[in-house]
Amino acid sequence: MIALETHDLTVTYHKRPVLYGVDVEVEAGSLVGIIGPNGAGKSTLIKSIMGVVPHSGGWVKVFGKPLADNLHRVGYVPQRESVDWDFPVTVMDVALMGTYGKLGLFGRVGKRERMIASEALDKVGMLPYSKRQIGNLSGGQQQRVFLARALAQDSDLYFMDEPFAGVDAATESAIIELLKEMRECGKTVLVVHHDLQTAREYFDHLLLLNMRLVAYGKTDEMYTTELLQKTYGGRLTILDEVAERAAKTPEAKHEI
Amino acid sequence: MMELDQDSWWMVGMSFLVALPCALLGVFLILRRMSLVGDAISHSALPGIVVAFAFVGDLSSPWLLVGAALAGLLVTFLIEQIHRHTRIKQDSAIGIAFTSLFALGLILIRVIIGDKVHLHQDMVLEGNLQHVAYAETVGVMGLDVPDSLIPAAVVAAGTVILMIIFYRVLTLSSFDSGLAASFGYKPAVVHYGMMAVISVVVVSAFEAVGAILVIALLILPGATAYLCTHRLKLLLVLSVLHALVSSVMGMYFSVWLNGKESAGVVVAGTGLFVLAWMFGPADGVVIKAVQRRNRKLDEV
Ligand SMILES: Nc1ncnc2c1ncn2[C@@H]1O[C@H](COP(=O)(O)OP(=O)(O)OP(=O)(O)O)[C@@H](O)[C@H]1O
Ligand SMILES: [Mg+2]
Repeated sequence: MIALETHDLTVTYHKRPVLYGVDVEVEAGSLVGIIGPNGAGKSTLIKSIMGVVPHSGGWVKVFGKPLADNLHRVGYVPQRESVDWDFPVTVMDVALMGTYGKLGLFGRVGKRERMIASEALDKVGMLPYSKRQIGNLSGGQQQRVFLARALAQDSDLYFMDEPFAGVDAATESAIIELLKEMRECGKTVLVVHHDLQTAREYFDHLLLLNMRLVAYGKTDEMYTTELLQKTYGGRLTILDEVAERAAKTPEAKHEI
Repeated sequence: MMELDQDSWWMVGMSFLVALPCALLGVFLILRRMSLVGDAISHSALPGIVVAFAFVGDLSSPWLLVGAALAGLLVTFLIEQIHRHTRIKQDSAIGIAFTSLFALGLILIRVIIGDKVHLHQDMVLEGNLQHVAYAETVGVMGLDVPDSLIPAAVVAAGTVILMIIFYRVLTLSSFDSGLAASFGYKPAVVHYGMMAVISVVVVSAFEAVGAILVIALLILPGATAYLCTHRLKLLLVLSVLHALVSSVMGMYFSVWLNGKESAGVVVAGTGLFVLAWMFGPADGVVIKAVQRRNRKLDEV
């Protein structure tokens, strides 16, 4: 079954195109990494699929239907920096927000919703913090709360924008375990990710993006010099140099 | 102990009815970082009033409120257009949009109204709660209620009801507009809906407190409550409490000092804000200092 299909998806900001003609078909039950340099349009791709930013051309289908007909089957985790963490709500309030989609405009939050939210918080290990104001959490904990909110949405297809940004190794592996578990349950998850090294272990499919779709396919098939060069332009070698220099610095200090 | 006469109590009532919807909406203005938009709406009401007057020729017509509310919507639309389609940020866009509409209003006063009708400056700037004392009365549940209280009560009740119905939508779209949009809550509809309600509320507060002081009624309660709690529901309750206490205290102030009632209410509200700034249990100066000290002791 095809979970997500886009055809010729094009997005422009202020008349400047940032995504051109993205054609992609994602099988249900895939765990997909969306990979590309800064400004490649990864967030824009997700936002336009979710209808958060309008697209100027092309179309999106979710489980064979236009997004509007299947909105309740899609979950969205925005970049953590996109919200104000001083907002006066608790961890529980945020998890409950995940249930709003199915509640519609006028439904009221009741016992059932609280149960769903508690379970989701429990899954990410944040239940003990449920009464905390969200501003008093660490970055990793905030990310977990976002994830709990996504779980509370109980969708079949998820889009997550950099869930690993600013979290420590322990949280990162906890999150990836959770994502794999979701895949086992038949969910489809698309994740914006920045680290090429770990992408190889984490995802079964990769979507390489740089304003256009460079390639989409099985992870192993994506690790060719040609494709990575196309995705990152000449920049990959520069990145390597930066990394090398950074690795050398501590030794240099020892010598002094 | 000073006594307030009956007229003063009616003024307290009027002041609270005007301050209550302002307080509730102001909380969300602050959370959406749009406090200045309240400023813009209240100032741009002037051209709306003048143009509406040109059509109906009567300064007491309710159409003036409609005109002012439309002008409020127009200014928020202009602000959105400027900051969305250019590099100019929202604060600058606000500065451009409302001052130009205000200036337009000043010119239109001359052109349309001229010297025929005296449009009181104090009405535009600081309002007058004493209207309540001179108003005709209508019988409501056996009480002789000044008739100008009725529209204020309707606006206040309407705002409270809308707030209860749309609390969830408003909260989510203020906190995370991306997720809200993905649930199908249209951010533009939420934005303009809220602006429309604010326009009506601000304009209906004009007669009582005027264009400048209404800004204080919008921002002070929410800001004070924000220093006292980090729970949204409690924050809304506290901001209403702020509106109530400052209405009562303000009237005592103005009787005591023989000053202007509307200004008294705002001064009282500011006093409460300063108290919260110092002693607020969530973000006050004192609590912060104690927390800092405890942390230092912990480290030692
Ligand atoms: N609201 C906006 N208005 C105008 N341009 C935008 C807007 N959002 C993004 N852009 C531009 O669109 C392009 C793609 O941005 P996008 O945020 O999708 O990149 P990204 O791949 O998510 O980058 P990053 O890795 O930094 O998160 C960038 O050039 C950016 O400057
Ligand atoms: Mg991004």
